[in-house]
Amino acid sequence: MSKAPLRIAVAIAWLAALLNFFPLAWMLLASFKTEVQAIASPPLFFFRPTLDNYRGIFAQQDYASFALNSIVISLATTLLMLLLAVPAAFAMAFYPGAKTRDLLLWMLSTKMLPAVGVLVPIYLLARDLHLLDTLTALVIVNTLSNLPIAVWMLFTFFRETPKDIIEASRIDGANVLQTIFLVLLPLVLPGIASTSLLSIILCWNEAFWSLNLSAHNAAPLTAFIASFSAPQGLFWARLSAASVLAIAPILVFGWISQRQLVRGLTFGAVK
Amino acid sequence: MRHHAQGMKHAAAGLMLAGGLLLGSSAATTAATITIATVNNSQMVEMQKLSTQWEKETGNKINWVVLEENVLRQRVTTDIATHGGQFDILTIGSYETPIWGKQNWLVSLDGFPASYDMNDVFPSVREALSANGKLYAVPFYAESSFTYYRKDLFDKAGLTMPSQPKYDEVRTFAEKLTDRAHEQYGICLRGKPGWGENMAYLDTLVNTFGGRWFDENWKPQLNTPAWHQAVSFYIDMMHKYGPPGANSNGFNENQALFATGHCAMWIDATSGAGLLYDRKQSQVADKVAFTAAPIAKVPNGAHWFWSWALAIPESSKNVAVAKSFLQWSTSRAYIETVGKTDGWTVVPPGTRKSTYENPQYLKAAPFADFVKNAIMTADLNHPTAEKVPYTGIQYVAIPEFQAIGTTVGQMIAGALTGQMSVDDALKEAQASVAATMQQAGYTQ
Repeated sequence: MSKAPLRIAVAIAWLAALLNFFPLAWMLLASFKTEVQAIASPPLFFFRPTLDNYRGIFAQQDYASFALNSIVISLATTLLMLLLAVPAAFAMAFYPGAKTRDLLLWMLSTKMLPAVGVLVPIYLLARDLHLLDTLTALVIVNTLSNLPIAVWMLFTFFRETPKDIIEASRIDGANVLQTIFLVLLPLVLPGIASTSLLSIILCWNEAFWSLNLSAHNAAPLTAFIASFSAPQGLFWARLSAASVLAIAPILVFGWISQRQLVRGLTFGAVK
Repeated sequence: MRHHAQGMKHAAAGLMLAGGLLLGSSAATTAATITIATVNNSQMVEMQKLSTQWEKETGNKINWVVLEENVLRQRVTTDIATHGGQFDILTIGSYETPIWGKQNWLVSLDGFPASYDMNDVFPSVREALSANGKLYAVPFYAESSFTYYRKDLFDKAGLTMPSQPKYDEVRTFAEKLTDRAHEQYGICLRGKPGWGENMAYLDTLVNTFGGRWFDENWKPQLNTPAWHQAVSFYIDMMHKYGPPGANSNGFNENQALFATGHCAMWIDATSGAGLLYDRKQSQVADKVAFTAAPIAKVPNGAHWFWSWALAIPESSKNVAVAKSFLQWSTSRAYIETVGKTDGWTVVPPGTRKSTYENPQYLKAAPFADFVKNAIMTADLNHPTAEKVPYTGIQYVAIPEFQAIGTTVGQMIAGALTGQMSVDDALKEAQASVAATMQQAGYTQ
């Protein structure tokens, strides 16, 4: 690539990065402003920062409890989802049937159904099983919701693995579980990792089911944010502070694991 | 799609059962723990803070679920309609209370002890929270609507705001006080679509222009001259003298615009006064004044009535404890505690006569008497000049109104942004409301 197009490409990449970063930076700034400063026109870039919003939040809500629920839901969902998705994707990738492709498409099509369309049946099921306001209900619903994406991702990764290796392991006497755990999974570890990371991020950001199926005991950080939006009065600064607290853990997590995530998402892309 | 939904239902059932066995339930409540669903406004936050006193006094415990208003409404409706039993106390409005009361979704609150002094609660507020003669919620605070204006700008321009302004006068004032070069707008009004947003204000405007939502046989009346005049007046005034992007401005946005000095006039909820008079939050605290909501042709329904109230759903398993909390949190003593603890401007307004007899409150809140009169004169049973089969000023107290109001609100917002004409917006609105009313069985 000659220098001019490269410079343009770099400039576009920077512009895109800044556009993505700006709302987050603005939210961070707003979280240290007073309510009047947060709505000032023209907007304030230089001001005396205050920690009042953070103090108010910790006085008003039990942040740790919401954060712990988010962590438990994200990890438990990811674990349960992998337990179901790995065997499903394995069977579809290495032992496809006549309808495997249709099945995959059908699974993906369930993602096109708006969640609110199944709110009442899911709510009634949760009520009858005494699972309202429990982490169990949110883990199950999130697992169901993310399963199609996980199966698709894992199916794609598994398909990139030479079938001969699987057959060779079976000839050498490995059973199905040994083939999956000792042969296949080490080969597709970046794929498993990126699927898991994506699942954790999706669960962390999930709001619809969290707001509808939880009340107090199982409420995660998305419900925490919702509690700071007010029908009357000024609330942008405090809401910004709540949002910073809600996304901080997943941002740090994403930052640490970004290399693994990118590696997994580009796995097999340059074959 | 139906097969997919069915499939999901079956899968969900199986997995929920399996998951339930695997992970167990994390919800564990005792008999003396109640769950309260509420909104995040200053009065409710105050109640949350002070409720530790009630917990100490009674030994009971409260789990708070604080949600954004629309999320709360949807969340609570799902729970109450399915008898989910997630909440022991709900924060609901004067719109939902009679509807839910008639459907036996709420516990009747008649029979409170004499010490509660139910007669101290304004009769009009009690009536708004009753159905079939039974009280279904107790008011936490109540509000009406009036006109805020900047007395410094009026003085500078040599204008005088009357005690009962007419809409023609408001328009003239708005014209004279608009200075777009300095981001000063003559009038700020709600434009964000929604039954509780732009339609709350527009309903009062239509009422005072002599319009109504339905005739006595529930036939929609949106394509009438009164609606045309009211909506055309609103859009013309907003285009000429309103702030840019008004279609995204609701109560909060307009309050922020007024508090930062960008509005000469603002017609909205009386509950906005506390913040505008607060020097810590308002840049115009010493310049704000108020007067009655304007009138166009008739006085009926020119200012609204709203109350946030506390109710107990029928599905609650802790009715006695919940009632005890209701009596404490809406009592005369509670209001006095708030006044002494956090100042008299932040006490829940509009609910009790005794609040308006308290000299400390009257001294701290110059708007107090005006708010009381606005609430007392807001007539929910006669919101329009012509007869109507419904109650409610800025809403129609029927279950279908949330959907109807929001749809019509979106069409009027479309006319405000210039996507369609007023004629087209009202024609579409009329057809849409007529179809909904027919489907719901109100008309043939």
